[in-house]
Amino acid sequence: MLTKRIIPCLDVKAGRVVKGVKFRDLRDAGDPVELAGFYNEQGADELVFYDITASSDNRSIMREVVEHTASQIFIPLTVGGGLRTVEDMHSMLQVGADKVSINTAAVLNPRLITEGARRFGSQCIVLGMDAKRVIGSTPLRWEVFTHTGADGGRGTGRDAIEWAHQAVELGAGEIVVNSIDADGTQTGYDIELLSAISESVTVPVVASGGAGTPDDLFQALTAGKADAVLAASIFHYGTYSIKDVKKFLANRGIPVRLEAGKP
Amino acid sequence: MIIVIDYGAGNLRSVVNALTLLGYSHRVSQKPADVLSANTVILPGVGAAGDTMKSLEKLALTKPIKQYIAENRPFLGICIGLQVLLSTTKEGGEQKCLGIIPGRVRRLSEGVKIPHMGWNQVKQLKNHPVFAGIPDNTNFYFVHSYYAVPENNVAVIGTTDYGISFCSVLAQGKLVATQFHPEKSGEWGLKLYDNFMKMAGEKR
Repeated sequence: MLTKRIIPCLDVKAGRVVKGVKFRDLRDAGDPVELAGFYNEQGADELVFYDITASSDNRSIMREVVEHTASQIFIPLTVGGGLRTVEDMHSMLQVGADKVSINTAAVLNPRLITEGARRFGSQCIVLGMDAKRVIGSTPLRWEVFTHTGADGGRGTGRDAIEWAHQAVELGAGEIVVNSIDADGTQTGYDIELLSAISESVTVPVVASGGAGTPDDLFQALTAGKADAVLAASIFHYGTYSIKDVKKFLANRGIPVRLEAGKP
Repeated sequence: MIIVIDYGAGNLRSVVNALTLLGYSHRVSQKPADVLSANTVILPGVGAAGDTMKSLEKLALTKPIKQYIAENRPFLGICIGLQVLLSTTKEGGEQKCLGIIPGRVRRLSEGVKIPHMGWNQVKQLKNHPVFAGIPDNTNFYFVHSYYAVPENNVAVIGTTDYGISFCSVLAQGKLVATQFHPEKSGEWGLKLYDNFMKMAGEKR
């Protein structure tokens, strides 16, 4: 049976991991390569590096980070943040990324999804989507936002479910659904948003934004029908280890991969 | 020499990284002569089987690969590198493949998320050196939308459940092929590479 994936997301700025990562066992908690190794040993099923600066200068630093990580850690690696062209995607895949995640660039230029999928295969192209509840909508609707890196982002007027649908038709192989309302709150994922998207597309859906407890992950994978969960703070602050979370989920009947570590 | 076949589409980087980490010297090549003179050949793969066949034909690699395998020399196919061993694939219309293992490649059934993406268990049907020290039902990392349906089960040594039970590991003589990506399957994946290289007589 396919297991549900637990994916830590590392925000990287100029080659350093940001957000308050504090682990006793780490020599350098800001080193993405070391942190990636740490999460791998804990049983992370994949890793996401998100370049929050994403200027062209930093892209070459990011490439080094990816190259370094991929030479030491043998689990799937996704890179996102500031990738705007097929060449940007190629530059990351070439050094060892397995997937690239595009968000604002895909909204501005949906053909980018198709071009990427044609060149590298759909399995490489992840659509990242930031969605926000439309207040007072019945039935409940969500609007797609872009440029969420700065000042709350910009509304696009696009419906999240329609956009997810369209992105899959264009060639996206996976969708990361990030709830703007829940992001950073640690009060749980937007379960209704997740299940609405998951039911309407044929590709895997990854929940993002809002995880505060292992039960939040459980809810996303059951009521939210997500295939994987992405989380940052819950792991970075060391409140729960990936191992703890996986045991919690396994005890509640969720299929997870428990045999991480050296043979 | 271990030759990793580069036909222009697959992401070879992880395969190369795995061999480097394990300490096996290797070369990436797309030359037919290198395939024929290799001691071990790896055919990695990401993307579509139809496109892969076209690329292999364009590079005049299909004949040398067939000859190499017919001589029962060590060959490891990964993902698309497994699928192209069958007779035909449905991917990109009906297309001819290498025809080493009789059978077809079909799209995963409706009712499951496609691609099949993530860690899933491999049930070991037979004892095989490539599984040495790897527990039955260990999880490996899969990413694919199509799967191999061999005409008979003689060469099937591992299966995986995803809506249906499908062939996830093939072995025939010194040929081994996996539908999953051992180079993305953590320590157990590396162990599988190491097992295969030992079987192939490669030295670190």
